[in-house]
Amino acid sequence: MRKLLLLGLTLCSGLVFAARLFYLQIYDTSFQKLSESNAIKMVYDFPERGYIFDRNGTLLVANQPAYDIMVIPRNVKNLDTLAFIEDLGITREDFEERLEKAWVYSPRIPSPFMPQLTKEEFAAIQEKMYQYNGFFIQKRSLRDYQVAHSANVLGFIGEVNEGIMENNPYYKLGDLIGMTGIEKQYEDILRGVKGVQYIQKDNFNRDIGPYKDGIYDTIPVSGKDIVLTLDAELQAYGQLLMQNKRGGIVAIEPKTGEILSLITAPSYDPDYLVGRKRSRNYTALYNDSIAKPLFDRVLEGQYPPGSPFKALTSLIALQEGVITPEERISCRGAYYYGGRKPLGCHAHRSPLDMVGGIANSCNSYFCTAYRRTIEKYDTPQEGIDHWHDHLESFGLGNYMGYDLPSGRKGYIPDSGFYNRSYDYPTYKWYATATISNAIGQGEVTMTPMQMAHTTAVIANRGWYYRPHIIKQIKGVDTIPGKYSEKHYTTINPEYFDPVVEGLFDVYNEGTAAYIQVPGIEICGKTGTAENFTRIDGERVQLTDHSIFVAFAPKDDPKIAIAVFVENGYWGSRWAGRIAGLMIEKYLRGEISRKDMEDFVLNGSLEEEYAKPFLGVPFEINQ
Amino acid sequence: MQKNSTLQRIDWITVILYLLLVGMGWMNIYSASLGDDPVSFTDLDKLYAKQLFFIGLSLVLIVFILSVDAKFYERFSSVIYLLALASLLALFVFGKDVNGARSWYAIGGFSLQPSEFAKAATALALSKYLSDIQTNVKLFNHQLKAFIIIMLPALFIIPQPDPGSALIFTALIFPLYREGLSFIYLLLGFIAAFLFVLTLLIGVYWVSAAVVLIAGVLWFRKRKKKRNLGKYVIITGACVAFAFSVNYIFNNVFEQRHRDRFNIVLGKEVDTKGIGYNTNQSEIAIGSGGFLGKGWTKGTQTKGNFVPEQQTDYIFSTVGEEWGFAGSMLVIFLFIWLIIRLLILAERQKQQFARVYGYSVAAILFFHFFVNIGMVTGLFPTVGIPLPFFSYGGSGLWGFTILLFIFVKLDSSNFINR
Repeated sequence: MRKLLLLGLTLCSGLVFAARLFYLQIYDTSFQKLSESNAIKMVYDFPERGYIFDRNGTLLVANQPAYDIMVIPRNVKNLDTLAFIEDLGITREDFEERLEKAWVYSPRIPSPFMPQLTKEEFAAIQEKMYQYNGFFIQKRSLRDYQVAHSANVLGFIGEVNEGIMENNPYYKLGDLIGMTGIEKQYEDILRGVKGVQYIQKDNFNRDIGPYKDGIYDTIPVSGKDIVLTLDAELQAYGQLLMQNKRGGIVAIEPKTGEILSLITAPSYDPDYLVGRKRSRNYTALYNDSIAKPLFDRVLEGQYPPGSPFKALTSLIALQEGVITPEERISCRGAYYYGGRKPLGCHAHRSPLDMVGGIANSCNSYFCTAYRRTIEKYDTPQEGIDHWHDHLESFGLGNYMGYDLPSGRKGYIPDSGFYNRSYDYPTYKWYATATISNAIGQGEVTMTPMQMAHTTAVIANRGWYYRPHIIKQIKGVDTIPGKYSEKHYTTINPEYFDPVVEGLFDVYNEGTAAYIQVPGIEICGKTGTAENFTRIDGERVQLTDHSIFVAFAPKDDPKIAIAVFVENGYWGSRWAGRIAGLMIEKYLRGEISRKDMEDFVLNGSLEEEYAKPFLGVPFEINQ
Repeated sequence: MQKNSTLQRIDWITVILYLLLVGMGWMNIYSASLGDDPVSFTDLDKLYAKQLFFIGLSLVLIVFILSVDAKFYERFSSVIYLLALASLLALFVFGKDVNGARSWYAIGGFSLQPSEFAKAATALALSKYLSDIQTNVKLFNHQLKAFIIIMLPALFIIPQPDPGSALIFTALIFPLYREGLSFIYLLLGFIAAFLFVLTLLIGVYWVSAAVVLIAGVLWFRKRKKKRNLGKYVIITGACVAFAFSVNYIFNNVFEQRHRDRFNIVLGKEVDTKGIGYNTNQSEIAIGSGGFLGKGWTKGTQTKGNFVPEQQTDYIFSTVGEEWGFAGSMLVIFLFIWLIIRLLILAERQKQQFARVYGYSVAAILFFHFFVNIGMVTGLFPTVGIPLPFFSYGGSGLWGFTILLFIFVKLDSSNFINR
């Protein structure tokens, strides 16, 4: 027995060590990773981000070098902290905080200590860097904006956050990524692929040489340049027209679906969000909860389309065969139905055929056409669903499939919606309950983008390509296939002619006659949308939104446009003028109606926007 | 003639195991100390070259040890022991101060660490005393003398300070037990160690409560023998007192670095940047080896010198990283084989002196092996003792070589009809 004790212990220890080694070397694989981050340094070589051009080859976005001060916390030794913080112009507390943050990320992996120094700052500190052990400078490239507009389209790049790093291991702390707009949408194309060199380190973090003679190293792949469908000149002009106003402009080339202009106002200079000032400026923009400069009104704003929707009501009624272009419908100043309150109309000659109805925007005409459409079927449910399907074929009530990362669907109600609203079948509902849809009020909402798109479809007499903003990826030459697929609506092409004539007459004799542009055959439609807000919990009506859609020239449309001006009184007042100016600018390159331009440039709606916040009673539309 | 017969009679298995371990040890030292400079085996600034030199000297030592008559070691064991004690004491006067520790003599360009040689000397002295016909391990008086022989060098080594080396001497309790020491001593040792760890882990009050509870339950189940009550109270009281003293010593006598080492192993504090760095890096190096390892001289952790003391106490982490699970297991297998081989040889000795000595050698090697690998793989607190035959260092290698080959010589001279 005594002989066996040490023997037994020896064998036991052997077993224990075998188990421990099995655990360390085979079972738990986390050590391999720890070892890699420990002994091998990865040095990244960031390729230059691709440039962005407009449709005419104008450079919109280029790059400028920027310099990050990086830190490897473990290597910070014998630091002359006082001199260091003085050179960087930061406080002691700031210094401690940044260093602590870097420690938390990793003691051994570099993390950004002070990102994005300017060239001047870099020049000042560069020659002193050798004194500061553990700190080094990493070159990156930042965006250099050549234009002061289009911030909403171009988007911005920023440092990756934890969520991004978790989802995509390509990105490491301090890397830049497109956060919004084109930069986000075409991140992979613009970014390229960073190169990496593996460097073997010793325990003092000194480089010993390439790991395994560099067989794992990769060279960077530079980002590709892209060309947008935007017209920079038109974009700049539209931005100018929208000064002191809120709203947006969308212009589309009907034949191709290319987005010529995409403006939201108020906007900001994209350069505000470059470099170290980005987070401060972004916070300021973000906190502006009144003007909401970060809110892309043309893509994310959903509004009742108002009168421009009447063109769709006409098309559907024609397709359903419930009305002919020649039929005249009389108007007694309002549309009366079911013993309810009448739906008012304004003064115009009566009765009117379709062209006249559109030109004069007669509510009674379209309510009649709409009601017949719904009541053609045995039940209003069937009627609404047919109506809904026609609109769906225009791409409404859904995402448009364009290549920008933000947007809303808008809303086109169907029978399910009204069944739920009216608690069908407990309560029945009829076409008249949804009559506001006829004139683009009621439950229908659209984004300004969708309004422009609808106009483009009408300009094409019934077909479209999905709106898109990518024109060319340099070196690839193909753009996503979905933008070269032709889509058709459920409306026969011949039904578009009377509607186009009506839209043409809007300018000839109708609601926009006074804003004609001589020599250009424009088809358009005014819109005046009522809107409401809550002030101290009370529903208050605000000044109507001004909406205008148009395309030109009438027989060979080159541009379709939607303009939306918040609280702009009525359709032709602001939006109509702006649409006319944009069309002329695009088609002719110069402006003949200077009076109109002066009115728009000098006009301001700031007073209107202040009304709800002044705390004093006010009247709308004055 | 004498030599020839020795060569015929020595246990070649032990010798081959020794050579294998030394050879593998050198390969790992080579890898761990390989720098950017061109490889040179003659440049003594290179650790691997130096170790090669130490190994060469060891072979000379072996020839010398084997040529001396076996009787010499038994007869002069007391003198050797006294010389060893004197060399330890003289350190306080002539020792070279290295990082506040006086464990070394500086002789020319080389350093000697007498504590490495004291192990063999103490083993000899203990064997001599136990094999004395008049000694009876069952007698407390004789036990005390044996303990004094063991503890004296340890006491001289502790204040150097080198508590790790001193700890090794407790391994000699195994030969004492083999020769008839009551199991109670070992049991007490185990219980003490158990209470020690438990106290640190769950706190002195919980331990006390648990001890009292267990004692109460045990007593209650055997309550018919009422007269045992006193015994229970005394044992319980002793355990509780021990727990409290552990608590006191840990918090008031230990230095922070000692506390840290224990806390890390007990998983109480995880601080991988500071004190736990060694163990953490060692685990990373070993763990990154996988099954077959990264290959000899290909270890990234080893090349980057991430593991401190890698040539010496942490040499096994290089084995783990570069040779993987397979290589590590081979090394562990060789060590266990060697220790068991020594135990078998010891049991076969006709003379008590040789048996006790053989057992001592096995126990010392086992203790080194056990504590070192346990430390490197993160199972035990950091205790700075080398891995026999593997770790870099002349004194260590020579000390173990002398320790082992004296027994090889004793064994060969006892050669009868094996």
